[in-house]
Amino acid sequence: MTAATGARTAVLEVRDLAVRFGASEALRGVSFEVAAGTSLAVIGPNGAGKTVLFRALIGAVPFAGEVRWAPGTRLGYVPQRLDLDRDVPITGFDFLQARIRIGGGRPDAATRAARAVGLSIDAWRTPIGALSGGQFQRLLVAFALLGDPTVLLLDEPTAGVDEPGQEQLNELVHRLQIERGLTVLLISHEISVVSRYATQVLCLGRASAHVGPPAEMLTEASLRRMYGASLGLHHHDHDR
Amino acid sequence: MIAEWAVVGLAVATAAAAGLVGCFAVMRRMALAADALSHVALPGIGLALAFHVNPLAGALLALFAGAVLVWTLEERSGIPVDTIVGVVFSAALAVGSMMTSGEELIEVLFGHAGGVSTWELVFGLAAAALAITFVIRTRHRLVVALVSPDLARTSGVNLRRLNLGYLLVFALTVALGLRHLGVLLMGSLIIIPAATARRLASNLTQMLALSVGVAVVTTVAGLVVADRLHREPGPVTVTMAAGIFALTFLGRRR
Repeated sequence: MTAATGARTAVLEVRDLAVRFGASEALRGVSFEVAAGTSLAVIGPNGAGKTVLFRALIGAVPFAGEVRWAPGTRLGYVPQRLDLDRDVPITGFDFLQARIRIGGGRPDAATRAARAVGLSIDAWRTPIGALSGGQFQRLLVAFALLGDPTVLLLDEPTAGVDEPGQEQLNELVHRLQIERGLTVLLISHEISVVSRYATQVLCLGRASAHVGPPAEMLTEASLRRMYGASLGLHHHDHDR
Repeated sequence: MIAEWAVVGLAVATAAAAGLVGCFAVMRRMALAADALSHVALPGIGLALAFHVNPLAGALLALFAGAVLVWTLEERSGIPVDTIVGVVFSAALAVGSMMTSGEELIEVLFGHAGGVSTWELVFGLAAAALAITFVIRTRHRLVVALVSPDLARTSGVNLRRLNLGYLLVFALTVALGLRHLGVLLMGSLIIIPAATARRLASNLTQMLALSVGVAVVTTVAGLVVADRLHREPGPVTVTMAAGIFALTFLGRRR
């Protein structure tokens, strides 16, 4: 199913996307469009291929079908929590500096990106494998911002982050989206976050993919169809 | 033959290249694979000796072939490098041992002291300069790629080219140290100083500098001590480097 993007220009068009790993099929028949400046939340049970979808979109895995980014699109990718050795002596500064040297702006851009995401000065000097979950995710967002992206892809950016930190990260992404006019693609298990920030929701099931506005996609019946008996999504009591 | 100072100069340049290249081998968790890759030089040397060609040329060809093999298998099969190296390069060591014999084999395995030809000096210095330049110029791309290949990809890094370049430079660095340290010990000069630096450094620049420092100091000290003790410099150098690594356990641990 394809979502209409209305009058806005489509930043991303995906048609019949399929990904196979040997004999196993990770994704099949996924089609959607994302309009400029909007947020697409990707939800679905574990193993439905959410991360595979993102990796296909950034060209990290071979796929069949069509993925078309609008000309001039610059991607900022925030992967899931990475498995890093605590003692690798690469600091937050080394990491951001590396992005700048690859081609991500002026030397002072690292300081500005760190300030924009509220990265602490300690994180600047700490080996990145030893950072707390929240600080590490902020570092990854800062890294993504250094490429001056027009689209942010965030793969469960709040996984492994404590609850106040999650709230701050979600607000941070939302603020950046408004300030910079970014298009956001977000994988999340947090139904409250999805209903609050998403313009469209792509629900990936093991055998199907549906896309629509949150009001349609987040009904209990539709979620139960996708997730089965145990929903596997997180509701918050203090939900807005 | 070239004067003794030139031999020392070449050993120092080799050590500096080994120290730098080793940092990324250690951080990419390919220490064991990197060590074993150096064994693939042996059949190349065996073939070169059989055909009366310069052994270094044979070693270099075999090492480049090994590097390309690791790269291709890693790209295509997704099997971890350690597994590939464990099988293929241990077999290379076995085959190479059958092709070389006696005194010659010991020299090839553990290196030997002695003069170098002008050709070897020029090649050695050029190769060391190339390896050092490669690591310094690509260190930012290597850092991002080791944190996350996907992040490197979205940052515009050509990962295939970077990985191939790194493996070829690694092979070149091994070839550089073959005469001095031998097939079995050159891998150690790449890995041990970097592993020592990793334990002591707080950031990337410190790690690169410390690794080069340990490699150069142990190489020069190894040459001096080996001369006094009438031993080959390779084993003395590596024993000293391992000693320094052991000492880091007595000091602070981050």
